[in-house]
Amino acid sequence: MHSPVFPQVLTGAVMTKGLRVTDLRLNVSATGDDIVDEVRISIEPGKVLALVGESGSGKTTVGLAVLGHSRRGVTIAHGRVECADTEVLGLDDDAKRKIRGELVSYVPQDPASSLNPALRIGVQLMEALEVHDFGGSVESRKVRLKQMMEEVLLPTDDEYLLRYPHQLSGGQQQRVGLAMAFACRPSVIVLDEPTTGLDVSTQEHVLKTIRQLTRDHGVAALYITHDLAVVADLADDVAVMYAGRIVECGSVKDIFTNAAHPYTKHLVIAAPDIEGKKEIVGLAGRAPSPGKRPTGCSFALRCESADDACRSVFPAEVSVATGHVTRCIKIGKLPNVVVVKPRASQTIESGASVVVLQDVSAGYSGKVVVHNVSLSIRRGECLALVGESGSGKTTVSRAIGGLHREWTGSMSFNGAELQKTARRRTSGARQGIQYIFQNPYGSLNPRRTIGESISRPLAIIGTSKSESRKAVLDVLEKVNLPGSYAGKYPDQLSGGERQRVAIARALVSNPVVLVCDEVTSALDVLVQAAIIDLLGDLRKQLGLAMLFVTHNLPLVRSIADEVAVMSEGRIVEVGPAESVIGNPQQAYTKSLIMATPSIERSMR
Amino acid sequence: MSTMAEEVSKKTNFLASAWKMHRAKIGFAITLVVVALALVGPFFAPFTATEFVDMPNTVEVPGTFFGTDFLGQDVWSRFLLGGRSILFLGAMSTIIGVLMGAMLGVVAAYVKGALNSFIMRTFDIVIAFPGILWALLLVSMLGSSSFLIILATVVSTVPRVGRIIYGAAVAVVERDFVSAATAIGESRLRIVFREILPNTTSTLLVETNLRFTYSIGGIASLAFLGFTSDPTGANWGTMVQENSSAIILQPWGVILPVIAIALLTIGTGLIGDAFSRVSAGIDRGRND
Repeated sequence: MHSPVFPQVLTGAVMTKGLRVTDLRLNVSATGDDIVDEVRISIEPGKVLALVGESGSGKTTVGLAVLGHSRRGVTIAHGRVECADTEVLGLDDDAKRKIRGELVSYVPQDPASSLNPALRIGVQLMEALEVHDFGGSVESRKVRLKQMMEEVLLPTDDEYLLRYPHQLSGGQQQRVGLAMAFACRPSVIVLDEPTTGLDVSTQEHVLKTIRQLTRDHGVAALYITHDLAVVADLADDVAVMYAGRIVECGSVKDIFTNAAHPYTKHLVIAAPDIEGKKEIVGLAGRAPSPGKRPTGCSFALRCESADDACRSVFPAEVSVATGHVTRCIKIGKLPNVVVVKPRASQTIESGASVVVLQDVSAGYSGKVVVHNVSLSIRRGECLALVGESGSGKTTVSRAIGGLHREWTGSMSFNGAELQKTARRRTSGARQGIQYIFQNPYGSLNPRRTIGESISRPLAIIGTSKSESRKAVLDVLEKVNLPGSYAGKYPDQLSGGERQRVAIARALVSNPVVLVCDEVTSALDVLVQAAIIDLLGDLRKQLGLAMLFVTHNLPLVRSIADEVAVMSEGRIVEVGPAESVIGNPQQAYTKSLIMATPSIERSMR
Repeated sequence: MSTMAEEVSKKTNFLASAWKMHRAKIGFAITLVVVALALVGPFFAPFTATEFVDMPNTVEVPGTFFGTDFLGQDVWSRFLLGGRSILFLGAMSTIIGVLMGAMLGVVAAYVKGALNSFIMRTFDIVIAFPGILWALLLVSMLGSSSFLIILATVVSTVPRVGRIIYGAAVAVVERDFVSAATAIGESRLRIVFREILPNTTSTLLVETNLRFTYSIGGIASLAFLGFTSDPTGANWGTMVQENSSAIILQPWGVILPVIAIALLTIGTGLIGDAFSRVSAGIDRGRND
């Protein structure tokens, strides 16, 4: 059914510690379709294996299966999961419960929702020890508790242990989560995107803690993530998942410098990097979901080099080099995915300022969170507004979009003063400034067809039905969606497609400025690259000005001409993207850039 | 990611997945039987509602199925005749109450500020008194016409529906598509009724069902207390009250209407239950 070995298993000696998963398959209970299949990974003690893939690829499913758990509606069909000396899947429920936390533990993505908000953190940490009767006595548990706090670099005093989760920052909460996971000194730990949603500087601390704990205590860590820069920074080995299978596995260096599978190549090239000025390239299509997977290679549908042989049978594992395997029959015969395109900014002439902010301060119910921001966005130019969460960047962008009313100072559009709210603005200003929201799942009314959503702005200004219909088809074409999508509902579309629809809705009013609020943060890396590509092209074709709000510094290099860095409601540095990122002047910008993980930096 | 992807699906999907549940089918069948009985029953009544048939409170009366009631009228005929008014009043007061409650709830959720406080605090005050008290106050002061019985039921329905829909709408108001509509200059009225209200329909369906059940119960209780538009006419609620004193001698006069009302509330309750399970996603099989 599959070829004999995965690299780490080759080492010969029977492992007594670490994690070994063999031939794991999980099904949709109702239909028997595979969610993941033929999964084989092994991690030695003290090593970190990163499991990367797009959302829906099955990486969390694998992570939970390591704990012997499957979500409702999902069945573990077969396979072996060996944590140290114990085979997990064969255990009964009581035994599974006993080993969770003791032998294998789990760190979830969102620390805020995984800690009980009603219990003090000291109580919760103590619980983790008590459940397994760790140390045998209350006194020894108390000693261990202090030790745990030290290990994750948190204060050990009693006052701190009396705090509730909401009194901690996101990074601190996640470190409490880590302390809990490491409490009983497990042999294996599963980390499910533990730094997604954290700011880069917080992420840096958490990653450092994870690295240290796994090394010091000889823990085998399975790190689930979609962020390749974090992988390059933290992991020893990488397993790439696509449509429920591991398509490539090797050391970090193998994956980033010598990727064999076409999907991995695309992933690497789509990832923006803070060190390199690179053109990120997306990939059309989406991974087939369980039940809709073809018999042959599941990537064949999106692969440029696929032929009939690829489509007939799922490729077996092929060794690329020592410790580096892939599932592709065409390795060595694949063209490199290098697309050379001129950078958008080089072909556009920057024009006059279209939006100017002067001394804008903004706040919420009297509390000022944005102080004296002055900015100007020129025609044809992309200004990136970057900062960590809470820096006030979204408040500024919402004020420009007329969605935030509590601000003072002055704002002008094409020389004319702007009113505070969209409702009071002239229809020219409303059409000229278009806002695109962060979350494409929330910005489209689920009860309206795509066509209705896109044509509403036109209906309001009294455009006739037939003209609207033409305009809808026109903008759908601009965002590379088929015209038939006009009749679909948002829940029939993928995240990337929805974001295209949101962009189309903005374009239908013939805008001058697009305000993009973290428009790619909810999307997978390949989809993100495609959206960035699309925005760049549109800017070129239509001469749009763009305010690109993001916390993702690497992305800035790939899209922006100018950058404004915000911190605590103030702009701390403004300048051309290349010089601000490449040669930052302010201490804050420097620390931000240093904290951002980079593939190139890690590969050096 | 999956939570985001689990968008509220379209209404047709909602009804279809509710219909897949056994409880919905059973509930629908029960409701259908009782409604058919109330609508078609009068054509098959062997006697009129007020006709004297035999000795009062007799079970064994030749030519009748269930004997006579406290005035010597035919129990079976009065039972067949007594469903229409209660169904009509229940349906009317539910429709009016849910419509008004939903509108006020959605408006309150969108406007915030003074109008919000006014609407919500008024709801609180009305809810603070038991619904039956409002009803008694109204009908005992103004008499018991059909209109007043509907009004009395509506008064207790509106704030309860309003609060539930308010809760559902507050979550919708915060979603980005509402901001998007504001940004393109949609009127407030359109935002409330075209953007927000349609996204509360699953809650609305659950609530309509529940309120219908409660209205039937409420109207039957009022009738039991003697408040009905036609005191001599047949009515399930009145029948229970009239015949309760002789329940040992002639139990059918109580049992038949009680069974009918119970079946109706259980039937509609099961349908509402199916709706709410679908809307809460309780039985949804998740396949990522």
